Amino acid sequence: MQHTISVIVENDFGVLSRVATLFSGRGFNIDSLSVAPTNEEGLSRMTIVTRGDAQVLEQINKQLYKLIDVLKVLDFTDGSAIEREMALIKVAAEDDARAEVLRIVDIFRAKIIDVTPKSYTIEATGNPLKIDAILELLRPLGLKELVRTGSVAIGRGAKGWNG
Amino acid sequence: MKMNGARIMLECLKKEGVDTIFGYPGGTVINLYDELYSFKEIHHILPRHEQAGTHAADGYARATGRVGVALATSGPGATNTVTAIATAYMDSIPMVIITGQVPTPLIGNDAFQEVDIIGITRPCTKHSFLIRNVKDIALTMKKAFYIARSGRPGPVLVDFPKDVQMAMGEFHYPETVEIRGYKPNLSGHPRQVEKAVAMILDSRRPVLYVGGGAVLGEAAEALTTLARTLSVPVTTTLMGLGAFPECDDLSLGMLGMHGAYCANMAMTHSDLIIAVGARFDDRVTGKLSTFAPHAKIIHIDVDPTSIKKNVRVDLPIVGDVQDVLQKMLIQADKNSEKVAAFIETTATWHADITGWKEKHPLSYHQSSTIIKPQYVIEKLRELSDEDAIISTDVGQHQMWTAQFFKFNKPRTLLTSGGLGTMGFGLPAAMGAQAAFPNRQVITICGDGGVQMNIQEMATLVQNRLPVKIVILNNNFLGMVRQWQELFFDRRYSSTCMELPIDYIKLADAYGAKGFVANKTDEVESVILAGFKEDGPVIMDFRIAREEKVLPMVPAGASLNEMVLNA
Repeated sequence: MQHTISVIVENDFGVLSRVATLFSGRGFNIDSLSVAPTNEEGLSRMTIVTRGDAQVLEQINKQLYKLIDVLKVLDFTDGSAIEREMALIKVAAEDDARAEVLRIVDIFRAKIIDVTPKSYTIEATGNPLKIDAILELLRPLGLKELVRTGSVAIGRGAKGWNG
Repeated sequence: MKMNGARIMLECLKKEGVDTIFGYPGGTVINLYDELYSFKEIHHILPRHEQAGTHAADGYARATGRVGVALATSGPGATNTVTAIATAYMDSIPMVIITGQVPTPLIGNDAFQEVDIIGITRPCTKHSFLIRNVKDIALTMKKAFYIARSGRPGPVLVDFPKDVQMAMGEFHYPETVEIRGYKPNLSGHPRQVEKAVAMILDSRRPVLYVGGGAVLGEAAEALTTLARTLSVPVTTTLMGLGAFPECDDLSLGMLGMHGAYCANMAMTHSDLIIAVGARFDDRVTGKLSTFAPHAKIIHIDVDPTSIKKNVRVDLPIVGDVQDVLQKMLIQADKNSEKVAAFIETTATWHADITGWKEKHPLSYHQSSTIIKPQYVIEKLRELSDEDAIISTDVGQHQMWTAQFFKFNKPRTLLTSGGLGTMGFGLPAAMGAQAAFPNRQVITICGDGGVQMNIQEMATLVQNRLPVKIVILNNNFLGMVRQWQELFFDRRYSSTCMELPIDYIKLADAYGAKGFVANKTDEVESVILAGFKEDGPVIMDFRIAREEKVLPMVPAGASLNEMVLNA
């Protein structure tokens, strides 16, 4: 089963490498990983999409906490979070296809951010499933390049991660 | 007062109470060595190989319970410490390893003797630091020592670039340290403790299964009192030996692959296993699906990741094992009537255990001519001091020592349990002897492993460290040979050492004394002669070449499927 977890870490030298080493060394999967600084000085936040059964996920949680640089691990498995991902998609678009691409972009409330006579570049944001869906529709038209950020997630409600 | 970074580092070590370090000079630590030259508060021991120096710091830590400190230069000096760091990591030994590093402007340039030692050691250290600024040295060292010794202990590596050693700064050692991402939970939850005692009092066939955590957590006394109060039998892992006196009737000895029959049978038939600072390693559990099929499990450990990693657990208690056991004792004392009734109900369990002990005690066939290794171990036990420290290497001799020496006190057995590092025994003994110059320190090795760090003979002689080196010499890599005999149709591929070594001459070359025993009736006289010497000694026992370690649970088999005679 796929899980999304957020990890609050000290923005220290080598911290990304420690987390990555932990996952590879213990045979845990990383489907996607994104990392950037937070609003609090010295802290970064990683969002990791991983997979495994309950026991594996419990070990991932505990092992992450064991790293000295990890302050907090948030497990969003129970749907208590909003999850978003952005994709930049370069798609071939000539003749009739140009209108079709625009229709798809409109339906998914995506944006055209670059245009040439032969292509469109699209910015799409949403739940990862929505990104999968737009890609599904664009693929037959000829995907030339795809960049996905990986998921980021934030808990629902008024409270921040530390209260 | 301003001083250079190298001096600040030494002042930090002094503040941490470090009296002995094991290190090897080189280009990127030459400034540290220059300061050491006139720094009298720290005794520096020069090994003949950085791996051995780091094992020695490990042996020092295992014997004393304090943080061991090793020092090496950058590049090859640093990579030579890696095996020893991994050894300490697997056995949770508190250590600080300081490595020199090329000057910060050169890092990443493939400079001479540059290596990314933090990257290399990331999976086998508890944590690591690169000091980039002279003003960070004191806080970094405070953190390094705190992390190394607290919670589940482990090795911490500090990479110390040459330019930072040379830079000038003020020395202020912080009194306290706060790391927001690191707050080990030491206090066992009272309600969990209550539940644990209730579960024990409800059980009929309980076993205490004790690991190295009980030694590391200084919990031997609390454990012994609790076991005796509740009359619960105790089995220990290799790393747990010494946490509970093996002379006690409640002791089952070691369990697992080469464990005692009674210990493995007790685990298999138990209805409640109380795991104390143990981690259900594969050498202990055998086949997981048939491990302790009737037992509920209480798991006490300071490291939450150990709990539910390999086996299901009915009651986890995260905390310092000494704290938890003491709380359990108080809880048991509150229920003394129930305890008395409980002890009565476990009478049949104790009778079962006595039956297993009598049915298949640890044994061997003595020979009047050929030396049996088990006999050497028994004689060593008989003739050594009561507080002697024993280190071992890895292999058959290690298991015979674990089976036949009978350890009664914690920190008297130093052995590489998790990583199983050949070459560990001699340098670990060296570290223990440096910590305890007046205690008897004996290393029991095979003829394979002893040669992996034999160069340390020079260190022993130079520093007047009178380690007694016992070699159980079968001219084989015996444990692998045993597997080849049992599972590979006696195809002894590369396990025969072929070239016999004259250890008397070898000892002599280093300025030490060597003895050899070829027959059973020479064993005692050689041990007595060796123990009488003031300096380091090699005692070479030419043992029965194809003697096996038994019983044995074949890899992947269930604990009760022991090979008793093969």
